[in-house]
Amino acid sequence: MTENNSWPLFEVFVRSSRGLSHVHAGSLHAPDAEMAVRNARDLYTRRNEGVSLWVVKSADIITSDPDSKDQFFESPKGKDYRHATYYTKSEGVKHL
Amino acid sequence: MAEHHTKQAAAPAEGKGAHLSAVPSDAERAGQAHFDEIIAKDSRIEPRDWMPEGYRKTLTRQISQHAHSEIIGMQPEANWITRAPSLKRKAILMAKVQDEAGHGLYLYSAAETLGTPRDELNDQLLSGRAKYSSIFNYPARTWADMGAIGWLVDGAAIANQVPLCRASYGPYGRAMVRVCKEESFHQRQGFEILLELANGSDQQKQMAQDAVDRFYEPSLMMFGPPDGDSPNSQQSMAWNIKRFTNDDLRQRFVGMIVEQVKVLGLTLPDPELRFDEESGQWIHKELNWDEFKAVISGNGPCNVQRLARRREAHENGAWVREAAAAYAAQQAEKVA
Ligand SMILES: [Fe+2]
Ligand SMILES: [Fe+2]
Repeated sequence: MTENNSWPLFEVFVRSSRGLSHVHAGSLHAPDAEMAVRNARDLYTRRNEGVSLWVVKSADIITSDPDSKDQFFESPKGKDYRHATYYTKSEGVKHL
Repeated sequence: MAEHHTKQAAAPAEGKGAHLSAVPSDAERAGQAHFDEIIAKDSRIEPRDWMPEGYRKTLTRQISQHAHSEIIGMQPEANWITRAPSLKRKAILMAKVQDEAGHGLYLYSAAETLGTPRDELNDQLLSGRAKYSSIFNYPARTWADMGAIGWLVDGAAIANQVPLCRASYGPYGRAMVRVCKEESFHQRQGFEILLELANGSDQQKQMAQDAVDRFYEPSLMMFGPPDGDSPNSQQSMAWNIKRFTNDDLRQRFVGMIVEQVKVLGLTLPDPELRFDEESGQWIHKELNWDEFKAVISGNGPCNVQRLARRREAHENGAWVREAAAAYAAQQAEKVA
């Protein structure tokens, strides 16, 4: 009953049309990468949702540490001057 | 991405059973506070966030039951693929059944992000320990049942699922968005089957009416027991998993089908059905909750058959899984 155990998990990324990035669609189990791509086609592009697919083993994805998310993403905070909206004196000036 | 407990991602504090100790640790207190804050903001919980054990358990149960329902739900309709009245209807029915398989797989993936492996979820279904929607334990006797199932069963499923797109658990909500996009075709093709039969010969119209008569009550029961008899609803709503009560959703659904049935030129088998202006409620007939309890706990007309068929399909697929695994191992060896 547990023969499926050895099938790794893959994350699936779909490019919905030319000019757009691949976006995470979901995941699936497959014995190898080739089957993962075929299964991904059947599972995530049954209605022309994609023109290109990426699959990657979930175990191969390196992520930021979930326990330090606040510190990790802290540096942009308080740096409003990185946004155009910070500069208000030019309000009303055209094409700026 | 990396929605799952990958090797690198599994931080020790997230391990199963880590929250069972009686005295909460500092990490747990901080986790709970963070969780509460996210729920209060109506934001989303993601797989690697700390979450209360009860939340994890409730979701694992709900999402996996939902997945099992999609998988078992393929059977009553697959039963009619070879007997569809035209090539067009056959192609449509195959596409629908294939969609239901897809829904099952989206949902199993979402359930797995909570830490229970796929094999275990599958095993819960095959061994009969897991529940699935009671509706799929009713037989599909005639072609008109394909119409009634699409219109009423998928219709009730949609009414249930649309609010779940906003469920607080991210992977569940995302899976539901995908599912809901696909469901509307299911309901429309069912409605169309009934409409064609209803405008056909007297016999065909009778067949359509008979199917509606049989599926009306079971489809209303898909929303679950009345609010007074649904002890877990409150907690699920507090956690923003559920957005409306069982009775609210049932009311909304009745209000929709009562209009739609007029277009079909058929009737709902409910002479008591009326809208009560004062309470703003649809009063429908008393539903047979004893039957519901019997069917959900294994004693419906098709429970045994459905599980046996599922097991058989799983066993018959063993050689495919074994061959694919052997091929993958062989290829990996070649590369190494
Ligand atoms: Fe479905
Ligand atoms: Fe459906």
